[in-house]
Amino acid sequence: MAAVATETPFHVLAVDDSLPDRKLIERLLKTSSFQVTTVDSGSKALEFLRIHHDSSTPISLQEDQLIYNQEVAVNLIITDYCMPGMTGYDLLKKIKESSSLRDIPVVIMSSENIPSRINRCLEEGADEFFLKPVRLSDMSKLKPHILKSRCKEHYNQQSDGNIDESSSNPTNSSSSSSDNSSSSRKRKAEGDAEILPKANRSRHS
Amino acid sequence: MAAAALREQLNALLSSMYASGLVDDQFQQLQMLQDDGGTPGFVAEVVTLFCDDADRIISELAALLEQPVVDFDKVDAYVHQLKGSSASVGAQKVKFTCMQFRELCQHKNRDGCIMALTLVRNEFYDLRNKFQTMLQVVPYALKGPFDFQVFTGIVKMEHMLLNLKRIACPCFLLTFV
Repeated sequence: MAAVATETPFHVLAVDDSLPDRKLIERLLKTSSFQVTTVDSGSKALEFLRIHHDSSTPISLQEDQLIYNQEVAVNLIITDYCMPGMTGYDLLKKIKESSSLRDIPVVIMSSENIPSRINRCLEEGADEFFLKPVRLSDMSKLKPHILKSRCKEHYNQQSDGNIDESSSNPTNSSSSSSDNSSSSRKRKAEGDAEILPKANRSRHS
Repeated sequence: MAAAALREQLNALLSSMYASGLVDDQFQQLQMLQDDGGTPGFVAEVVTLFCDDADRIISELAALLEQPVVDFDKVDAYVHQLKGSSASVGAQKVKFTCMQFRELCQHKNRDGCIMALTLVRNEFYDLRNKFQTMLQVVPYALKGPFDFQVFTGIVKMEHMLLNLKRIACPCFLLTFV
């Protein structure tokens, strides 16, 4: 049986303490064909991630089938910066400190254009920084980050060596199926080198 | 033909809101999101959430400014919140008055802040009245076979021409799907 190419929508967790903003980001994401969960705080975000993401295995292997457990996994986190209690930056740090969560791409949103803030977030590992109000055109920047992280995830799995690569590749990456673990490690390193955090600077240069 | 008259009224209301700077193109972004084949009433929902939120924040601010010793950090935090949500829905004038308010917070000027709050409240009430009219009229204005589209002054000509082809009224037009 052929491998399942994942057609289920990507799942985004959106974090914002403002209700109108939450409604807006939810609508923007749904309009862009994402599945959305919204929460109003960083602590609720972490709770959700622990319950729904940690417990799901990224790949379940059945013979020559490769299935991604997409139903509950979170593929991207988008969070407001300014929130009471745990800020978006604090949340970002906690995510990057967690071995199970650190590969999930994180996007920070802020209504304030403060270069030092932006840099701080990018240095901490944020993949993108959106200036609010977020627009529909910003949504197209999300999928590349999700695909990049799934690429990385797939390389990690490959270099673990247990996967039968005779079936076709279900991810959207153009990686070749290589049984040579040293060459797959090399590809992974190259892949990492290409994956640099990029900022959405177009509106505040 | 009551529906047609209401549609005209709605068009006039919306175009005046854009023209006077009460709303900016972010509000048009909201309208576009509703158009996108999705849930009807999205604009109504967001606008209502914004109004409830703004009401709550304004009350909190009034209470804070009545204290014998004003906590300007808390005041600033609330104004920042209101500025953010008003920017998100395109409530331009409310947003600008919030920005002025924040300046006065920096200077820890109680009287200035009280005045600023009055300005914010006035702008918000004005906007809310117009939103309420809009939301009341919309269901009735839509009783008819046509879609209409609202344009702000900044919309490009070609976009307008494209839509002129399929719409009866060539002036400001309204879309609520």
